[in-house]
Amino acid sequence: MTAALLEVENLSAELPVEGRRRTVLHDVSLHIGAGEAVGLVGESGSGKSMTARAVARLLPPGATTAGAIRFDGRDVGALRGGALRDYRGAVAMVFQDPRAHVNPVRRIGDFLTEALRTLRRVPSGEARRRAIEALADVGIPDGERRLAQYPHELSGGLLQRVMIAAALLVEPRLLLADEPTTALDVTTQAEVMAILDELRRDRGMALLFITHDLELAGAVCDRTSVMYAGQVVETRASARLHDSPLHPYTASLAGARPTIDASVRRLTAIPGRPVSAFEAPEGCPFAPRCAHVQDTCRAARPPVEALDGGLVRCFRAAELLERRLEVARHG
Amino acid sequence: MAEPVLAAAGLRKAFGDVLAVDGVDLEVAQGGSLAIVGESGSGKTTVARMLVGLTAPTAGTITACGRDRSTPSRSAKERRRRGGEVQIVFQDPYSSLDPRHSAEQAIDEVLRLHRSGASKTERRTRTAELGDLVGLDERQLRARPGALSGGQRQRIAIARALAAEPRVLILDESVAALDVSIQAQILNLLADIREETGISYVLISHDLAVVRQITDEAIVMHRGRVVERGPTGDVLDHPQEPYTQLLRASVPRPGWKPTRAVRVPTEGTAP
Repeated sequence: MTAALLEVENLSAELPVEGRRRTVLHDVSLHIGAGEAVGLVGESGSGKSMTARAVARLLPPGATTAGAIRFDGRDVGALRGGALRDYRGAVAMVFQDPRAHVNPVRRIGDFLTEALRTLRRVPSGEARRRAIEALADVGIPDGERRLAQYPHELSGGLLQRVMIAAALLVEPRLLLADEPTTALDVTTQAEVMAILDELRRDRGMALLFITHDLELAGAVCDRTSVMYAGQVVETRASARLHDSPLHPYTASLAGARPTIDASVRRLTAIPGRPVSAFEAPEGCPFAPRCAHVQDTCRAARPPVEALDGGLVRCFRAAELLERRLEVARHG
Repeated sequence: MAEPVLAAAGLRKAFGDVLAVDGVDLEVAQGGSLAIVGESGSGKTTVARMLVGLTAPTAGTITACGRDRSTPSRSAKERRRRGGEVQIVFQDPYSSLDPRHSAEQAIDEVLRLHRSGASKTERRTRTAELGDLVGLDERQLRARPGALSGGQRQRIAIARALAAEPRVLILDESVAALDVSIQAQILNLLADIREETGISYVLISHDLAVVRQITDEAIVMHRGRVVERGPTGDVLDHPQEPYTQLLRASVPRPGWKPTRAVRVPTEGTAP
């Protein structure tokens, strides 16, 4: 295997909240190869957005981190000046709410060409031509007209496409997409995902795709990491995540979602509510909600272990997998 | 079929030149659960607001419990009576509760209006019962919304709506903003409440899996019109209209590959 494009190793992060330091990430490791799509799935407070922000060097002021983030083998935390600017050109980010991340009093054209003009020193006529091309790439045919419009004149779906076009104009090698389709209608979501998928294939762009939707991640990502309370609790090939989850949390998450194909008598809800890293108890943070909890789970944090082609943080994962295989063999 | 508990016929709503809702007919059976499915701009929320009485229809009739409610109520007494027929739970539990009122106070306010004969002790007992029904303990009932999670707040909103003992509860994307594990708890809760009280639901949703789980009948709206209707299972398993088929095909599932729709986006402005 070639070296990963992005390597996150044992990343922990703390934020100052009301004068106290609060852990938001605990020992997060993940890697993305060139052209690979990796999903990051979790509920609120799980730390999925913070992971992306740490990679983008966009953590809130006062945040402290431990561990390493390497891009192309270089330590991202140590980048300064020109090297940091280059990094920002190589790693782009798309957020959930496009309207909160665009200047409402500047035209779409200014917004789209700004990075090219300032970062890449592209002449403005050329920048406009490329912006129109990028809009066509994301399925907006009348680019010339769009460049003269303001953000409020565009629907949410169109504006999110503009955000993606802006991210792609700098030809990033890695796109961090933080719930880019959550605010969109399902039909628009399908289109935006198709666009991201095509661009990834055509340009060999790597993708870190953050979502709360296990099925969406499974459908578009090669690998998926599931986060809970600031930790990655499982990483597995997306194709197997749904049918053969390793961590009890992943299994419960899949079981808790209703399906479009049939209604069930009762959904297998997970008791309690998702917790953030700083509220997590000693031991396994999922222990208070887990159906398979034992005393060992409450005593210590489970380490990351390799199992059945994936990675999992659960003392009982191997035993539970074995039991499931046993049931499958004997019916 | 017995007389529907809630019905609308020829419902229309125009905002200036824009026709948001264009001739919608619907019926909700006693104890039944109807889904109104659609995307942004389809008019589904406008229909919900007209059913509950927050928006006056431009044309058409609405009947709840056999009484007409097509025009705004003229008296407080009439408004109270209508409130006892149809209640609504909104999408965002962070903006639908008064931050200064505890759950207990929010529920008690409704009880004072709708059970004016009840004593303070009776109201307190009823508040505890409602808290019990939606899974809130005494401590949570006394807490202000700021101290509670999204799921807990949504339970308050449901308890508050049920305090008026409505025959119909409108759920306007009421589980859409919740985390998956919490969403399952609330969906189970809604199923239990319907079983125990015989209440009817109108679920406004874009989430077809949620629609499948808690409704019996469904109507699909597109650009203000109903394009398809029928039992929820039939509509989702054998969609007849191209638009419903597109909706169905856009839902991610194992093995799903996202595709660009053939239509080119032509909408120029936000609604």
